Amino acid sequence: MDWASLIEWTVKSLALILALLTGFAYLTLFERKVLARFQVRIGPNRAGPFGLLQPVADGIKLIFKEELIPANADKIIFILAPIITVVPALVIMAVVPFGPPIQLFGRTITLQVADLNVGILYIMAIASISVYGIVLAGWSSNNKYATLGGIRSSAQMISYELALGLAFTGPILLTSSLRLTDIVEAQRNIWFVLYQPVGAFIFWISTLAEVNRAPFDMPEAEQELTAGYHTEYSGMKFALFFMAEYVKMIAVSAIAVTLFFGGYRGPFVDQLPILGPIYFLLKVVGFLFLMVWVRATLPRIRYDRLMAFGWKVLFSLALGNAMLTALGILLADTFQNPLWLWSIPVMTIAFFLLVVYLTRGSIAGGNR
Amino acid sequence: MPEINTHIDESMLDGFTRLVTQEAIEGKTMLLNMGPQHPSTHGVLRLLLELDGEFVVNVIPDIGFLHTGVEKHMEYKTFEKAVVMTDRLDYLNNIGNNLVYCLAVEKLVDLDVPPRAQAIRVILTELQRIASHLVWLGTHALDLAAMSVFLYCFREREMILDIMEMCSGQRMMTSYFRPGGLWRDVPVEFEDAVRQFLRIFPARIDEYEALLTKNPLFIERTKHIGVLSAEDAMRWGVTGPSLRASGVAHDLRKVRPYSGYEQYEFDIPTHTDGDTYARYLVRMEEMRQSVRIVQQALDKLPYGPTRSNNRKFVPPPRSELGHSMEAVIHHFKLFTEGFPAPKGAVYVAVESPRGELGVYLEGDGGPKPYRIHWRTPSFANLQVLKLLAKGHLVADLVALIGTIDIVLGDVDR
Repeated sequence: MDWASLIEWTVKSLALILALLTGFAYLTLFERKVLARFQVRIGPNRAGPFGLLQPVADGIKLIFKEELIPANADKIIFILAPIITVVPALVIMAVVPFGPPIQLFGRTITLQVADLNVGILYIMAIASISVYGIVLAGWSSNNKYATLGGIRSSAQMISYELALGLAFTGPILLTSSLRLTDIVEAQRNIWFVLYQPVGAFIFWISTLAEVNRAPFDMPEAEQELTAGYHTEYSGMKFALFFMAEYVKMIAVSAIAVTLFFGGYRGPFVDQLPILGPIYFLLKVVGFLFLMVWVRATLPRIRYDRLMAFGWKVLFSLALGNAMLTALGILLADTFQNPLWLWSIPVMTIAFFLLVVYLTRGSIAGGNR
Repeated sequence: MPEINTHIDESMLDGFTRLVTQEAIEGKTMLLNMGPQHPSTHGVLRLLLELDGEFVVNVIPDIGFLHTGVEKHMEYKTFEKAVVMTDRLDYLNNIGNNLVYCLAVEKLVDLDVPPRAQAIRVILTELQRIASHLVWLGTHALDLAAMSVFLYCFREREMILDIMEMCSGQRMMTSYFRPGGLWRDVPVEFEDAVRQFLRIFPARIDEYEALLTKNPLFIERTKHIGVLSAEDAMRWGVTGPSLRASGVAHDLRKVRPYSGYEQYEFDIPTHTDGDTYARYLVRMEEMRQSVRIVQQALDKLPYGPTRSNNRKFVPPPRSELGHSMEAVIHHFKLFTEGFPAPKGAVYVAVESPRGELGVYLEGDGGPKPYRIHWRTPSFANLQVLKLLAKGHLVADLVALIGTIDIVLGDVDR
């Protein structure tokens, strides 16, 4: 290990964290602007041209706000909870490739902090950690609303983690590798979303729940629990929760793009590697726009029905999807013809319709 | 750790134990204080919730945070001056409050209202009903986190408030109806503005419905939530859209028409399910029916005076004040002393957007009301919240507060 590699890693890590923090700041502005357009409003336009300095103003405000710690709160955990939430959100992006390797200063530099051979396992492991922060925040605040938010969050997590994990299996089976660069390179000719339409759908819904976005934003349901788990937080501690949510939004969008939408791949990337990050960014922004769109349109689902949906519909769908994908690959192997891979979307969509038909009435109910 | 005073006053606890179940005292269920500062209690309603997990065991509404003493205050005002206080009761139905109070005074002193004033009263009351339902729809949807609907509703409500401002100079606290008619005739732009609204609005209702009516998530959140049977509704004195959604076609505009409602053709939307979704459908249809009424009233809006010519109760017009000493004296007397009302009591009720809005007015021969009592729909409707919420989740409770459409100014008076 030479000093040049150390410098390379440091620079890449810093650049990634900086990009995520700036991305978070401008994602809040992006969300507010897009929401405003959906709602026939103008959105923030006072701070700087087109409101571009709004995130700066928000940041300054939050830094200078007084931080309250409620009496009888568990102080150590109360302070630790935002950190537990925000750190996984930041490090999860380390394994995601932003572009093809480029030549710089006579070195081949991969546009990725760490090219782990178990990248997907790493993502799954890290993604679930931040829920601890939310549960602990709810519990340590000594506030009933916050506790309810924390409990909802853990219930939600349990219901979705399984479907999310199973949705990962599709791309893994298709590439037979856990390394994210392999998965991206396997999508050189065709995006996995075409082989895995149901898998991508499950993945996307589960990630909405994973990052507590509408319509699954129950842990912080403003109208029900005032602010849920972060009711008692103020100043920078609150900002950290906020940051975690938005950074995670970016992260899961990036992961979805990598797994199902070809990552940084696009026309002319081989000739001009710098196009890679641009394609990647555009695809991520598309996903983020989708998330904001959903928030502008849909009402919040009730928390018991969310669990029913997670277990009865999404989990069975994900399980069937994984099995049918394996079957399709087996067929393709047996007949030595990759065209058999197209049986996967056919079978999974048929299975999807079947499950939707069978479970159509089963989510309702649940009142005492 | 700072010393916290955990001592609870014994007398306080006594009052408490009578309200909640034994389980709550023992700590088996959780007590949660919701409000008066809570984003979705629609004002300053406080609810003491007894929860088992997230299931609601009991709801104890605590009202009075917005008590203004309007009824008592009105006893110190002459009949005409008391009109401005009525605006402040149900602040989403100001015109309707003006109307019922003016009808009561008119009934007490036997005062006529010219046909043009009647028609304009109907137009404005129905527009106000639409505006009130828009606020209900917006906040109800917002409580379920469908946030865009809220802003779309307020866009259309703005048009109605502009019309109100055009007529009276005020967007909300209009005080536009006076005993004997209107403050003054509507301006010439009024008809165009209302027609413009009528042209736009039906399509906008379709727009809200496109977002909600068939949205599976919205149906999940409202269907079979808070089912109110017709018997329970009548037993608890529920009126308005909530009663009609339970299958009782009771609408004072049809049952006991006032202000010439009998001339207009409109339907009373009803539904038999009695759940939150049914109440939603009924109110949406009511907005369409209100559009119909406004359309008809505007088409046959007669010309003529907008205030009674009975000089005993109505001040002389401004044009006479310049050249008639008697008119000046008369004007002065009416605004300082007021007009005397005969001894007796009347009760007048109208259909407000929330239900039966009634005024009991008692005169003692003097120029001020001896006693005035408001029978407000929100107060009666709020009582069923306890009945509706039992066994539902906290998330549904928010939907239920929205669906009974309370206005705290109307509850507390």
